[in-house]
Amino acid sequence: MQSEVIIAGFGGQGVLLAGKILAQAAVFENKYTTFFPSYGAEIRGGTANCTVIVSDKRIDSPVTSEPGAAMVFNNPSLERFEAVVMKNGLLLLNSSLIDRKPDRVDLKAFYIPAGEIARELGDERVVNMILLGGYAEASGAVSLDALKKALKKFFGEKRAAALKINARAFEAGAAAVIPR
Amino acid sequence: MESELVSGNEALGYGAITAGCKYYFGYPITPQNEVPEFMSREMPKAGGIFVQAESEVAAINMIYGAACAGKRALITSSSTGISLMQEGISALAAAQLPCVVVNVMREGPGGGGIGPSQLDYLQATKGGGHGGYIKMVLAPSTVQEIFDLMQTSFYLADKYRLVILMLTDAILGQMLEPIEMKRIPEGDLPPKDWATTGHKNQREPRMIPILLKGYTPINYFQAYQDEAAELNSLLQKEELRFEETTTEDAEYLLVAYGSTARIARSAIEQARGEGIKVGMMRPITLFPFPYQRTKELVSAAGKTLVVEASGGQMIEDVRLAAEGQGDISFYGKVGTVFTPIDIYDEIVKLAS
Repeated sequence: MQSEVIIAGFGGQGVLLAGKILAQAAVFENKYTTFFPSYGAEIRGGTANCTVIVSDKRIDSPVTSEPGAAMVFNNPSLERFEAVVMKNGLLLLNSSLIDRKPDRVDLKAFYIPAGEIARELGDERVVNMILLGGYAEASGAVSLDALKKALKKFFGEKRAAALKINARAFEAGAAAVIPR
Repeated sequence: MESELVSGNEALGYGAITAGCKYYFGYPITPQNEVPEFMSREMPKAGGIFVQAESEVAAINMIYGAACAGKRALITSSSTGISLMQEGISALAAAQLPCVVVNVMREGPGGGGIGPSQLDYLQATKGGGHGGYIKMVLAPSTVQEIFDLMQTSFYLADKYRLVILMLTDAILGQMLEPIEMKRIPEGDLPPKDWATTGHKNQREPRMIPILLKGYTPINYFQAYQDEAAELNSLLQKEELRFEETTTEDAEYLLVAYGSTARIARSAIEQARGEGIKVGMMRPITLFPFPYQRTKELVSAAGKTLVVEASGGQMIEDVRLAAEGQGDISFYGKVGTVFTPIDIYDEIVKLAS
């Protein structure tokens, strides 16, 4: 199995960190993975994105023109990446900032009010981890446990409060994609 | 052994420290800034020295000093910065001083841009600086290979008393991939009986550059050229590295290196899935270039496509290799990153 996702948002929303944690989680699950950040003269407040591939076999190209999924954090990212997702692919939207539905009807879209959920959890910065939890649940690319383990690797064991709220963010994101 | 998730730029640093490099000199430039960042943190822990020089010109002259003392030393930069270092690289080569230089290529001539490209192939393989020296040029295509070849580079530098240039690019430098950090065993190396380490009145003083034995300044440069030619043949015999992908029955051949080659491999897999018999030659040593094997493959294939993130540079070596045989064309792109589908489309065109 191979899953590819483009994670895109404003610079500062933590899209690159979300991508790195996803890749690290894949390493913990003994899978092949590549993380490829958008590269260019990015503007502050402009779009930032990365492509993360998780696979059971060796990954050649870290770049893909047709990812199986996109996690979009804002309107410009929806605008840009909706079109490239594979037919019948996954689309995770941060519905706290995105005020429209995707144009494509074939995509399996999940609307996650990550801003509101983050505020309920008590830290607006965890929007990225909420969407990442949602992606892990919807795609099956990695487990929530692996994400939590990856979090520890990035944040260090000592930052208990940060680990706790980010772990809760994964769970809240995963819960948000489960059909009620 | 558990894999570590690291960037290509960090893998340069890990590889160097694993190979016993204790001296790093550099000056910041995107897209290789993670290397000096890494070295400033890790070199002191490894008992080594990190110096951020005041310029690229200063940095390359600092490495000259470390290399004179016979120490393993690394310098990294990106295109524009590498151009500034060319006089120093030529001086290192003239004095036959071993060291490792990395160019994490960025875009364009002049100041250029920070995006990925493969525009420095000719500068890397055909001199760069003045005076007819040679150096080895290695081109990894994965983060693991960066780590491994960095160790090999230090070994080869000491073995042949050569400047080793590694060519990577912004894609390989910035991407993360899990790697296993294994030490690659080295073969025997000649003693560094030329290193200027201080004679302490215990031995004859040494001087660098050392004139080749038995030569005077009058015939030194002829002798240097003769040695370079001999070394070139030796490298062609002993040190060629390349990787072939499904070339056994290939009717169409791609030739690509570095990040472009790994993207091309995805395109080849897709084309093979549709019955197109396509293969690839990926040179790992760009100097020495695998001329003989490339010639065989180009001759065996109906059509050859050279793919580079440039306007066409390595294609000159492919044509040299082919010696007029085969049907060789070029596909290149600069400014945006290749996707597998771009290259797949070109393979389909080739096959139709």
